[in-house]
Amino acid sequence: MTTAALFRDRLRKSDSQGYLFVLPYVVYFLAFVAYPLIFSIALMFNRWNIVTPMEWIGLKNFIRMIHDPLFFKSLENTVIFLLIHIPLQIVVALGLALLLNSKLRLRFFFRAVYFMPVVVSGVVVTILWQQLYSFDYGILNNILSSIGLPRIPWLVDAAYAMPSIALMATWKNVGIYIVLFLVGLQNIPAELYEAASLDGASRADKFMHVTLPMLNPTIIAIVILSTIGGFSLFIEPYVLTGGGPMQSTLSTMLYIYNQAFYFDHMGYAATLGIVFAVIILGVVAVQRKVIEAES
Amino acid sequence: MGKAIRYLFLIVGLVVFGYPFVWMIIGSFKPELEIPNLKLWSSLMSLNSYHQVFTKIPIARAFLNSVFVSFSVTACVIVLGSMVGYALAKLKFAGKSILYVLILFTMMIPFQITLIPQYVLMVKLGWTDTYLSLIVPSMMSGLSIILFRQFFLGIPEALIDAARMDGCSEFQILFRLIWPLSVPVIITVAILTFMASWNDVLWPLIVVRDRSLMTMPQLVTIFVIGGESESQLGSLLAAATLLALPVILAYAFFQRYFIESMSSSGIKG
Repeated sequence: MTTAALFRDRLRKSDSQGYLFVLPYVVYFLAFVAYPLIFSIALMFNRWNIVTPMEWIGLKNFIRMIHDPLFFKSLENTVIFLLIHIPLQIVVALGLALLLNSKLRLRFFFRAVYFMPVVVSGVVVTILWQQLYSFDYGILNNILSSIGLPRIPWLVDAAYAMPSIALMATWKNVGIYIVLFLVGLQNIPAELYEAASLDGASRADKFMHVTLPMLNPTIIAIVILSTIGGFSLFIEPYVLTGGGPMQSTLSTMLYIYNQAFYFDHMGYAATLGIVFAVIILGVVAVQRKVIEAES
Repeated sequence: MGKAIRYLFLIVGLVVFGYPFVWMIIGSFKPELEIPNLKLWSSLMSLNSYHQVFTKIPIARAFLNSVFVSFSVTACVIVLGSMVGYALAKLKFAGKSILYVLILFTMMIPFQITLIPQYVLMVKLGWTDTYLSLIVPSMMSGLSIILFRQFFLGIPEALIDAARMDGCSEFQILFRLIWPLSVPVIITVAILTFMASWNDVLWPLIVVRDRSLMTMPQLVTIFVIGGESESQLGSLLAAATLLALPVILAYAFFQRYFIESMSSSGIKG
């Protein structure tokens, strides 16, 4: 049978209603996925402020990007954020999950409270932490000075601002990862611990040689999820610092947003968006390779 | 580790994650000068901060906008997503596996690529500053299609064949037979979609500039950074409380579902 005949044959046998069911998705895909993808590739080679006609400029957007110190600064800032946020997130989530993973009274209550920042809007969290971090009136600095420690310039010093945002983001997201770790911990067969006990393993041994290796898939998932999430860091610096002080919290997403919607550089912003997306996919692929090779 | 020490750590966690919310809610009633201290009570509690928020920004309208947008998006995602998921799981048609791969592929595309061209599309369609721009681009989601497909695969073929023999159309089978059997996955998709839509700020900031159409988180964001709050702590906290309260209330009642859905999306996503 030729391919065409084979296709016709399969068409005849199929439930025609299947097409009706998937039609909305096909329309959606063409309009909101395929068209934007193609359009953004075209935008890379154009200068456009959305009002006047597009102007073909070849590779100038790329050349501009290579010479744009702010773009690289924003990438560096995002990497700093990830390097603090991800390890902190894993340590805190694992610690709290280990504490919760026993038949304690009220453990569901504790879990529910730790999860609360996950469900509220990032805007609420940002407003809250803006107050907590305030240099003169913030609760954190009030506590520090009441026990005789110096006040910390959380958001006003370029060296502290991004770590402060990473700390806040950890507070916001850690609930999800606590639950993921709890699921992981509950999937570890009890026999493994029993066998380890028979071999005379200490608590620390059991943690290092049973718990951690068994949690490896969970850790992989958490690293990848929080990398993808961390790369879209936007609303926190947008509300909290506007990218300052001295561009130290200018995340790549915030920079792209500013280029597109503040300066109306649509072509350049689309270029940055695509390059950034390729970087994200690349980083996640490398993470996957490295973590899989180690386990 | 002793039980007492465990509880000690857990209670420290409780303070770290819970206290800021309590402080925010109480602070929204306290007089301006007393907000920065740690105390949870003041003799001068009042609704002044709320009065300011309601007079300065159309927050009630924004709340209704958010409710309308989030409910519409969620309804579309459930109806359309379950249709596609059903077709992928239970119907035969040419191009099915290509479509499935395509959906998985769209889930991998970082939104950073499509953000700007989608905005351009909204401009070209004349949808900026309308509800359409807030609803239509989110009315399908790859993740929910996959979640529906996964769940429907577990429903026995015999059940569906029996309904077909009785002369039910595929629409009837999906909405009358499959839906009542699929409450868990519908709840999961509903919570994930509703929360994502309710909390989204970036997209509304891009497509809506008209204050009467702004969603609640967007309006509060504008209130904070646009200077209208005049750096009055009380009104900031009142706005944040109003924004958080509906979600915290829903969470209080359906806590288990929230935790299960939002963390399951993590694993499957």
